[in-house]
Amino acid sequence: MSNIVNIEYNRVTNTTSTDFPGFSKDGDNAWDVQKFRDNFDINISSINERDANFDLVHIYTSLANAFRRIMMSEVPSVAAEYVYFMNNTSVIQDEVLAHRIGLVPLKIDPDMLTWVDKTLSEEEKFTDENTVVLSLNVKCTRNPDAPKDCTDPRILYKNAHVYARDLKFEPQGKQKETFADRPVVPCDPEILLAKLRPGQEISLRVHCILGVGGDHAKFSPVSTASYRLLPQINIIQPITGDSAKRFQSCFPKGVIDINGEGEAVVADARKDTVSREVLRHEEFEGKVQLGRVRDHFIFNVESTGAMTPEEIFFKSVRILKNKAEYLKNCPIGQS
Amino acid sequence: MSQGMVKKRKTASGVEHTHGKDENFDELLKPVFKGKKLTDEINTAEDKWNLLPAFLKVKGLVKQHLDSFNYFVDDDLKKIIQANQLILSDVDPEFYLKYVDIRIGKKSSSSVRDYLTPPHECRLRDMTYSAPIYVDIEYTRGRNIIMHKDVEIGRMPIMLRSNKCILNEADEKTMAKLNECPLDPGGYFIVNGTEKVILVQEQLSKNRIIVEADPKKEIVQASVTSSTHERKSKTYVITKNGKIYLKHNSIAEEIPIVVVLKACGIISELEIMQLVCGNDSSYQDIFAVNLEEASKLNIYTQQQALEYIGAKVKTMRRQKLSTLQEGIEAIATTVVAHLTVEALDFREKALYMAMMTRRVVMAINNPKMVDDRDYVGNKRLELAGQLISLLFEDLFKKFNSDFKASIDKVLKKPNRAMEYDALLSINVHSNNITSGLNRAISTGNWSLKRFKMERAGVTHVLSRLSYISALGMMTRISSQFEKSRKVSGPRALQPSQFGMLCTADTPEGEACGLVKNLALMTHITTDYDEQPIKKLCYIIGVEDISMIDSASLHLNYGIYLNGTLIGITRFANKFVTQFRNLRRSGKVSEFISIHINTHQKAVQIATDGGRICRPLIIVNGGKSRVTAQHLADLMNGELVFDDFLKLGLVEYLDVNEENDSFIALYEKDISPASTHLEIEPFTVLGAVAGLIPYPHHNQSPRNTYQCAMGKQAIGAIAYNQFKRIDTLLYLMIYPQQPMVKTKTIELIDYDKLPAGQNATVAVMSYSGYDIEDALVLNKASIDRGFGRCETRRKTTTILKRYPNHTQDIIGGMRVDENGEPIWQHKSLGPDGLGEVGMKVESGQIYINKSIPLNSTEPFSGDATSQFKETPVVYRAPEASHIDQVMMSVSDNDQALIKVLLRQNRRPELGDKFSSRHGQKGVCGIIVKQEDLPFNDQGISPDIIMNPHGFPSRMTVGKMIELISGKAGVLNGSLEYGTCFGGSKLEDMSKILIDQGFNYSGKDMLYSGITGECLQAYIFFGPIYYQKLKHMVLDKMHARARGPRAVLTRQPTEGRSRDGGLRLGEMERDCVIAYGASQLLLERLMISSDAFEVDVCNSCGLMGYSGWCTTCKSAENVIKMTIPYAAKLLFQELLSMNIAPRLKLDDIFQE
Repeated sequence: MSNIVNIEYNRVTNTTSTDFPGFSKDGDNAWDVQKFRDNFDINISSINERDANFDLVHIYTSLANAFRRIMMSEVPSVAAEYVYFMNNTSVIQDEVLAHRIGLVPLKIDPDMLTWVDKTLSEEEKFTDENTVVLSLNVKCTRNPDAPKDCTDPRILYKNAHVYARDLKFEPQGKQKETFADRPVVPCDPEILLAKLRPGQEISLRVHCILGVGGDHAKFSPVSTASYRLLPQINIIQPITGDSAKRFQSCFPKGVIDINGEGEAVVADARKDTVSREVLRHEEFEGKVQLGRVRDHFIFNVESTGAMTPEEIFFKSVRILKNKAEYLKNCPIGQS
Repeated sequence: MSQGMVKKRKTASGVEHTHGKDENFDELLKPVFKGKKLTDEINTAEDKWNLLPAFLKVKGLVKQHLDSFNYFVDDDLKKIIQANQLILSDVDPEFYLKYVDIRIGKKSSSSVRDYLTPPHECRLRDMTYSAPIYVDIEYTRGRNIIMHKDVEIGRMPIMLRSNKCILNEADEKTMAKLNECPLDPGGYFIVNGTEKVILVQEQLSKNRIIVEADPKKEIVQASVTSSTHERKSKTYVITKNGKIYLKHNSIAEEIPIVVVLKACGIISELEIMQLVCGNDSSYQDIFAVNLEEASKLNIYTQQQALEYIGAKVKTMRRQKLSTLQEGIEAIATTVVAHLTVEALDFREKALYMAMMTRRVVMAINNPKMVDDRDYVGNKRLELAGQLISLLFEDLFKKFNSDFKASIDKVLKKPNRAMEYDALLSINVHSNNITSGLNRAISTGNWSLKRFKMERAGVTHVLSRLSYISALGMMTRISSQFEKSRKVSGPRALQPSQFGMLCTADTPEGEACGLVKNLALMTHITTDYDEQPIKKLCYIIGVEDISMIDSASLHLNYGIYLNGTLIGITRFANKFVTQFRNLRRSGKVSEFISIHINTHQKAVQIATDGGRICRPLIIVNGGKSRVTAQHLADLMNGELVFDDFLKLGLVEYLDVNEENDSFIALYEKDISPASTHLEIEPFTVLGAVAGLIPYPHHNQSPRNTYQCAMGKQAIGAIAYNQFKRIDTLLYLMIYPQQPMVKTKTIELIDYDKLPAGQNATVAVMSYSGYDIEDALVLNKASIDRGFGRCETRRKTTTILKRYPNHTQDIIGGMRVDENGEPIWQHKSLGPDGLGEVGMKVESGQIYINKSIPLNSTEPFSGDATSQFKETPVVYRAPEASHIDQVMMSVSDNDQALIKVLLRQNRRPELGDKFSSRHGQKGVCGIIVKQEDLPFNDQGISPDIIMNPHGFPSRMTVGKMIELISGKAGVLNGSLEYGTCFGGSKLEDMSKILIDQGFNYSGKDMLYSGITGECLQAYIFFGPIYYQKLKHMVLDKMHARARGPRAVLTRQPTEGRSRDGGLRLGEMERDCVIAYGASQLLLERLMISSDAFEVDVCNSCGLMGYSGWCTTCKSAENVIKMTIPYAAKLLFQELLSMNIAPRLKLDDIFQE
């Protein structure tokens, strides 16, 4: 069976791989490490602080999907969990402000903290090993230097807008040393938390702890982590002349080239968004076959900023490995 | 037309620009609006819709209420005062008191309005938003005549935003200062702190002839409801056995119509024939029999006729009149009472009744000549102003008679020391008017003595569930028809509703079709004086009715002013054209309608109030009068809507005149015969139905469902929502304006106070927890704030003062041995009230109130330990936070405490959501993000909707909304789904293709669970979803043991009383049929109200403690268990002398 998913006009076929043991009588298809090592390939197209784009080639769908799922919901990260209000005279309600603070991604290496034991009482729960304390103390005042005819509240008043950068790190115990070279700051300082007017103030303390995205989306280290399959365009019959031009316009720029003979050729199928626009036109019927390579995953990992995307991916691999090992050591597995 | 007029207006509109309310609309009229510049080519066909915002700028959304109230306080009050201006004394003939003038909220001496307590303060302090009513009076004191100005006779509740309200023409800044929302439409009252709306009442028009036929009973009747300030009565002209009679409530039996006409002074039978039938021989044949009837009764002269009638009159007079006088009285005052008779000249009345008879004859001759009761042109709408006017006049009359009684009482006393000053006793009764008005508005019971009218449910509490629900309430029209009656006529959609009443917005169920809503561009007329119009008619060539001989009456067109014949004309078309020209040039009020009824050979002119009308563009000679230049001037702000009226480009048509016109829907449809052009077709819908995108693609009931649901959507309510302390308020934390808007949404500012969020929807089957319209929600979306809402609940406590100078008090908090407050008092502050921001859990106290044990006897001095704690305890499944605590003083000087509790809620299983297409569903499962399908971009849906929702509902509009929304998201633009317009589907598909998506809006998705591609393409994109107020947290309920009702000892009913779940009759039937007798016993007795009784087997009655009180023995007493309700029944029967005796036997004989 081919490893191409067929993109038809109104359906997708051949979506499932069949290369597992027992599916067909010829070839046992058993998983072989060596074979996997020989075939498996990683191509990195782009990588930076916030996002990464890389290909995993010749890998089982379930594995690729497991990485995606783990990155989203099982790689731990640090986020605000407990917010203690000393004062809040702003219009925004305590619960809403706390929720907003919780969603602010923080630049904390999750390895610096340990897990909080939630069974302990409120007094014993938090230590300098498992909790990062932030505080927010802002008070809005009038700006005496504001021009008379100004209507912009940001100029008219001081601290009219409260941003994530106003969250200040308060090192506890030995955190002064451990966090000395990388103080805790929000990844995106420009996140608007609240708006104030003169006379209003907010004063609160935040306890940030380790968590996983499965518990709450704020603990997810990625904005999203997903993949798509590599598109494939198969021109069965040559398309030439004006028809080729029209054919080209059915795809995003750079997907189809027209060669010297005026014939449409596939330049870069990877750039295709698989809009299936060609399939709408009768003139291309039977001339082109769209598909996607089933074991070629183009991953896109967008980090929230606490960790680099590759670190998140590596962690997902490690977590999957630990899970497999746990399963291997399970009493059930050893029988 | 005159350029000068335009110029003059320019300055006038320049002044208007400083008005606050205009700011909102200014934006719509700014040079650059929604990407359209002034330099853009003006296309009349496209841009004539700009007249709509211009109309709303002048009229506002609830202008009908404001206009009517303004008319009442400015004009109607003065008329009422004039009609009741004199108070005379029965004792002293010299004495008189005369009302000269009346004013509301302003003294004649001062140039500014009185200070009124601002509306928001009234809401918070449970006060009435009212202004003093001042009258100027003139009266005698001894020999002197004294003038007195500005005497307060009571307080009038003020409609918000009316011209007596302090918010009238207030700009946004002033509104903010007064804690008011600038988007609030006003039009309601604040009475004792609650917002009350007087709904628009729909009625059959008064003083008009309605002809009806009952083919089964062979009855044809013409009826007229005469309504004057003093009385209401109904006069009928009906057929009976082929003869025509007059029927009236105060006349014992039907009177032959010829007798009536003779009583009116038309003695000649020829003239009667001429008046009724003209020269039409078929009419004459039908009518001739009536003449015979009169001669059979031997009535030939007026005197005979009057005496005949006088003998049949039901009288309740004290002094007896002769039958002749009774007859004259009846004809002059009771029959067709709205026509006044001067100097016993009955001719006008005779003509009126002859016309009624003629209509009956016409209907007999041709059964199609009957009127339709349900036709909107035969309806009149009664608004707040009219209703309050009726009430006020009643109260004012009562006030005057009380006043007169107290004056008489004083004047009766002989030799008074001082000369009596009537001013002293005027204030005594002033409370009557104030409290009368307050009571009527707050209870909704309108009881008018003079009409013997009792009407309940006139007012309603303004629903503040959402901005839309408040707005929807202001445009609502309630009908007088009984809800329970199963009639289809009044409920059906009338073709004449087009453009006047919303075609979609009506409730489902019993009130369906009876409760209606106004369309977007409507106006309800107020009364207009008919005398000038009458004069005008004579000037432009109408022949006065009193000058015409009866023979030529029906040869020509009759001119009817408010249903009364005032003259005839030979050139009806010419007259109507002339009249219309006068109206278009502004010589006559624009709300006066005129139309020709060719069937009745009549020209009807209407000046009365309560007619619905709407503006239309005038078309002349196949060309729209509104040109591109006019629209350009409108957008420049050089013209306002009123200028269009003055220039004769646009005019108001009521339903009757609309039916006499030929209206083109679009400019392209104009033919040489067209008379008018529609301003904008989407104005057939009202404000609430205007929220729906692409409603013209939906099945019509779906739009109706959405109209009901849009009012339940949680969103932003007003700009002052956090300042309000309402009994219950639902707010959404992050409301969004819809991706697919409509023009109506912008016009009613729904985009500023939205109620919903744009959810990314995948239309697919997922997990099986989405059957029967259930929705699958994305957990991560909820974590990030999707569908979060807040409830705010108020508790009011009043600290009462008692006659013995004791008073309720607020205690402090109790502390334990460590000085910490006890658990119940944790959220209290040192003042005994909950602290703002504290969490209150079920069982905790947030107002620690105590009441004195002794509140009646004189105070003994020992102040301590005489109080009983009556704290306000919080009881709910979830904790709340204290949002606000307000302490104030109410009207009667008692301390008023309001505590507002706030609860933050994230969506949970069972919460109800709905799109804008009447597609509601509950959340069936909440799924983790990684399990949900995702597309190439990694986007996963917020909501998964089951595709089975589409085929049977046929909400194609929802699909187009999704595609337009998706195109808008990709394009960075807001798309329009306006009714009969909006963004075109082809254009939207084009955007999708250009952005690399499929034209159909269907994407290839990957399963989040397996990671493989899904085999079908999934319809995927944003749809605006509303969270509805029905939430699981407010409904969940279970009980094992709990309270029981005192009387029956059965478990209580209802969630609020922690009641049980009833195993009802039908469930019981099932169990009986199944034969599970022990289950029955357990459910119906043991778990309910089992009770052990002692039954005496000898007498069969119940005793107690093993003793039969009837037999005075314990011998045959047997203990048994019966339901307490059964025991109660036996005892109740005993109390009414029925002895139910129990006979006990063993079933299992030994």
